[in-house]
Amino acid sequence: MFAAVDNFPALLIWLPLIGGILSFFLNDAKSAKSSAIIFSASSLIVLLVSLNFTAKEFIALNQVSYEWLTSIGSSFGLYLDGLTRTMALLTAIVFFVVFILVPADQYKDANRFYGLLLLAQCGLVGVFLATDALVFYLFWELALIPVYFLSSIWGGEKRIRATFKFFIYTFIGSLLMLLAILYMYNKTNATSFGLGAFFNLKTTADEQFWLFIAFFIAFAIKMPLFPLHTWQPEAYEQSPTPVTMVLSSVMVKMGLFGVLRWVMPLFPLAVKQLNTAIMVVIAIGIVYASLVAIYQDNIKRLIAYSSIAHIGLMALGMLTLKEVAVVGALLQMFNHGINILALWMIAYIIEKQTGITSISKLGGLAKSAPVLAIFMVITALANVALPLTNAFVGEFMIFNGIYQFNKFLAAFAGLSIIFSAVYTLNMIKNVFYGEANSTTIQFSDINKTQVLLFTVLTVLIFFVGFYPQPFFDLFSDALGLVLTRYNS
Amino acid sequence: MNGMIKFGYLIPLLPLIGFLINGLGRNILSKKAVGIIGSGVLIASFVCSLFIFNQVAAVGYKTQVLFLFNFIKTAGLDIPFSLQFDQLSALFLLVITGIGSLIHIYSTAYMHEETAPHFARYFAYLNLFVFFMLILVLGSGYVTMFIGWEGVGLSSYLLIGFWFGNNNYNNAAKKAFVMNRIGDLGFLLAIFWMLSQFGSVTYTGVFEKANTIPVSVLTGITLLMFIGAMGKSAQIPLYTWLPDAMAGPTPVSALIHAATMVTAGIYMIARSNALFTLAPISQNVVAIIGISTALLAATIALKQNDIKKVLAYSTVSQLGLMFLALGVGAYTAGVFHVMTHAFFKALLFLGAGSVIHAMHHEQDIYKMGGLKTKLPLTHFTFLIGCLAIAGIPPFAGFFSKDEILTAALNKSVVYYILGVITSLMTAFYMFRMYFLTFHGNFRGTDDQFSHVHESPFAMTLPLILLAALSVIGGWVGIPAVFIENGHLLADFLEPIYAAVQHESTGMHLSHSMELIMMAVVVILIIVSILAAKSMFAKEGLKEEESSTFGKMLENKWYVDELYNSIIVQPVNHISSFFSRIIDTKIIDGAVNGVGKLIHFSARQMRLLQSGQVGSYVLIMVISIIIFFIFQMFWKI
Amino acid sequence: MPINYYIFLSICLFSIGIIGVLTRRNAIIIFMCIELMLNAVNLLLVAFSRMHHAAAYAVDNASLVGAEAQIFVFFIMVVAAAEVTVGLAIIVMLYRNIHSVDINFLNRLKH
Repeated sequence: MFAAVDNFPALLIWLPLIGGILSFFLNDAKSAKSSAIIFSASSLIVLLVSLNFTAKEFIALNQVSYEWLTSIGSSFGLYLDGLTRTMALLTAIVFFVVFILVPADQYKDANRFYGLLLLAQCGLVGVFLATDALVFYLFWELALIPVYFLSSIWGGEKRIRATFKFFIYTFIGSLLMLLAILYMYNKTNATSFGLGAFFNLKTTADEQFWLFIAFFIAFAIKMPLFPLHTWQPEAYEQSPTPVTMVLSSVMVKMGLFGVLRWVMPLFPLAVKQLNTAIMVVIAIGIVYASLVAIYQDNIKRLIAYSSIAHIGLMALGMLTLKEVAVVGALLQMFNHGINILALWMIAYIIEKQTGITSISKLGGLAKSAPVLAIFMVITALANVALPLTNAFVGEFMIFNGIYQFNKFLAAFAGLSIIFSAVYTLNMIKNVFYGEANSTTIQFSDINKTQVLLFTVLTVLIFFVGFYPQPFFDLFSDALGLVLTRYNS
Repeated sequence: MNGMIKFGYLIPLLPLIGFLINGLGRNILSKKAVGIIGSGVLIASFVCSLFIFNQVAAVGYKTQVLFLFNFIKTAGLDIPFSLQFDQLSALFLLVITGIGSLIHIYSTAYMHEETAPHFARYFAYLNLFVFFMLILVLGSGYVTMFIGWEGVGLSSYLLIGFWFGNNNYNNAAKKAFVMNRIGDLGFLLAIFWMLSQFGSVTYTGVFEKANTIPVSVLTGITLLMFIGAMGKSAQIPLYTWLPDAMAGPTPVSALIHAATMVTAGIYMIARSNALFTLAPISQNVVAIIGISTALLAATIALKQNDIKKVLAYSTVSQLGLMFLALGVGAYTAGVFHVMTHAFFKALLFLGAGSVIHAMHHEQDIYKMGGLKTKLPLTHFTFLIGCLAIAGIPPFAGFFSKDEILTAALNKSVVYYILGVITSLMTAFYMFRMYFLTFHGNFRGTDDQFSHVHESPFAMTLPLILLAALSVIGGWVGIPAVFIENGHLLADFLEPIYAAVQHESTGMHLSHSMELIMMAVVVILIIVSILAAKSMFAKEGLKEEESSTFGKMLENKWYVDELYNSIIVQPVNHISSFFSRIIDTKIIDGAVNGVGKLIHFSARQMRLLQSGQVGSYVLIMVISIIIFFIFQMFWKI
Repeated sequence: MPINYYIFLSICLFSIGIIGVLTRRNAIIIFMCIELMLNAVNLLLVAFSRMHHAAAYAVDNASLVGAEAQIFVFFIMVVAAAEVTVGLAIIVMLYRNIHSVDINFLNRLKH
């Protein structure tokens, strides 16, 4: 089927791009949906095939670089290692699920809706695959723009305000990053934008400090880290839920991924200098976000704050520079994507049927929708990182690393374990348990397709929770670049 | 690897299969099928455990570890998923699967009013619980234990909130889970500490290096572990969830909140005896917390009127005694009491369940009375349970409690006296409950009275078996005072405590002295039982207004209220403060402020653009002139 | 003649132009002043061109140094002519619409 394995990276970029453009020319919503499903499914298949290759044989074949803007030294470099395969797999799964979940008639101009989503997928995969800073930046923006349009066209009441804020916020970060990229480009005597070339640059601690700040702010906004997080609850609340799924499952991982792929290898001196201070802020942010989540009544905002806490934890793990925590964070990036996707699916199903997002106005759904309730409980357990769910493995390793870094920081960040139980169980209690009211009593349980989707996600949750070893094998080739400069 | 142990993974696997079948087939399976599957897997598991116990009990048995797969093996971590079969885990296996089987059988009748899907859900949860409990005791390291540890917390949460229509139950479930999580955090930190100190979290890996680690570190690790135990085993200050957990179905209270899950803390400390013995400070903390909890819970139990609440506080109190035993270094006594307590407390709970079942979900003992004739079998078995818990020889509780008290006396007289007081109170409140329930006149409605009936066979069979165990269960640990080498359990468990030196500080009692003290305690217990009889076995008894002190006890020393006002409310307030003020006003305000500032400055800058061409030109000319001046003087 | 004289003349012309632009309100006069400024620059260019060329010619009589400036002058003249055409057209249109060529009335672009 595939001529050569080295087509994988290119296929992953082209499939959604072609699908996205094609979708704009389809007038029929149904066919737009099926074409979107076909294109995202083929991306997924490409990735699943690529997972069959072990790390060694893979690297040799999957570092491709096309001639692009040769005159300024930028080449279209794509690279598919264990880390990017995981992230691309997550992206493919999320988009596939979203396309199946969203019915063709829910949004007006469905063809454009699907088309923009596919373009976003192209951008996201590109961000993960790029080894050239200019290409990275290009995809970084390419991922942002479709999401901006998706939210501002199909979003909620206050969508313009929310998306505008989201756009400006992330754009400021992007510009800082662009500045840093250009600075490094000039340091190479304007010969290359490549990650390798940047890696070999001799930069002083002072330069690294500012470059680090510029990159890190861009990524921190994207994640988002406290206190740069306020765009997120609003954007999640106002975006159409399918877009929110993409945003929170995959897009926020761009920031974490960026830290791993660009910041940590390139600026070791600055990372070592600043990580303690940043970690303290992040730890405060984790506990803070967990506490704020307890107070939320809107289910979407609650998930948003929960996500801020979890993402913060991953960032914390990465910055410890301990291998165990970095591996844990890698795994957790994938896990969190799956878990929060499932959470959003539940929020989406509830909102679609009842039109309610306020937790206090729901209740007793377990009576009318027992199957949904089961999946909710499983998802919630994964969200609070119960053992044998995927998140436990990741968080265990992250906390272990944080503990090695500093005991008290681990204990403090550990408070979020308790608070996460509080808000998650509160949500289950108020939405699913208790007496049903007039709205929730008529709620009809999820259909077969949705059961299937949830089952797939549940299997993933438990598989990774029981037996995470395949993922660790996958990551074995990804850590070299990240941590080499810290170990010596 | 030899004998049955090759197939040891079947023991936890069977309940897991039962969980999957019952859980997935809940809409298809009939109640009968569910009951058979649910109980069947446990009985099968029990049979496997018997074989394994048989093998482990053989002379010269060496601990065997059954490796299943690598759970986490990367980045310097090496955490296998493997099961350890030794004396301690074999004993717990028998208790869990044995009592578990009985309670499953009991549940088939007790839960019969539920519709088929809920019935299946109940059994699925129960099987899931047993699965996790077995993982907890079988795991060969602390991470595996932690998996079971949190897993049983989850099952407990699901079962307490089994009737999810009632929000009080849901709150109780949530409270249990969250309080357990507080403890779990301690346990988790202990695991990390162990990982960094020992580089391993398997029992063998940890214990063999324990001697090389500074005492201060060991103290820290063990104290953190004990925080975990506090949560799971309901000790001060994390005990308040257990009485609330009585919201669940009664068999659940019997299995999870009396016989097995709550003893996980005891198991953990008994398992880690090598660490605790090296950390005397931790041991003292364990003993002090244990005895204080025992006393506190006993006082509260004196004034409770809900039959299950009395039993719940009694459980907390008994758990406290077990911790006292562990704290004074008498690990065998602690485990022994776990076993006997599992027998008689399960019996009492199931008996209470039988009463509640007969009374159509009435739980207030002041609305009962005189049930002796109506429920003869329940009454008889319940009486045995009460005698056992009160510590009357030769019932099971006598031997284990006596061993604990003797061990406490070896350490300190204070522990001993407080222990005896707890025992006396235990006897008093248990018999208060017994007399109020079964003696005197019936105080409920006539309608209730006419419907009171003895429970079906599926419920009485477990009662009878447990009653038998409550009588003979203690005979495996007969102290040397009566029969030399009569303590079979101590011999059996000897290899587990090999690392522990049997220190004999404090006073050593002569046999005659020990006998006298034993007799005195038994007489005192009988006196308190008689006191309970004279107060509560009367006809025409009315619930009376309590004194101030009584009110205090009735309200459980206002601990729930205290926690509410010092922890729950502040957290809620902080949360709302963060959300309403800091997040929306300050942080988001700052962000929006930047936006507003830009808007504002844009509006100000706009004034420059007057539309007068002349002014533009003027500005241009002035700028050029300034530029020239700069050029001339600063040589840019 | 020394180059200074040309420079001073040029500055004078340019300043007159600027002052004219700044002070007058009649669009046509402003136009003329702009032309004056352009011509001041032209004058300067030609003067410098002559100067540099004279120096180079002394060395090599085939040299074309300085000739570029005179090309610039032509460019400026052409551009100025084009500008005048467009500008005058605008002024005519303005006059037709508001019957005035007073630039103080032309402040609507700020909105």
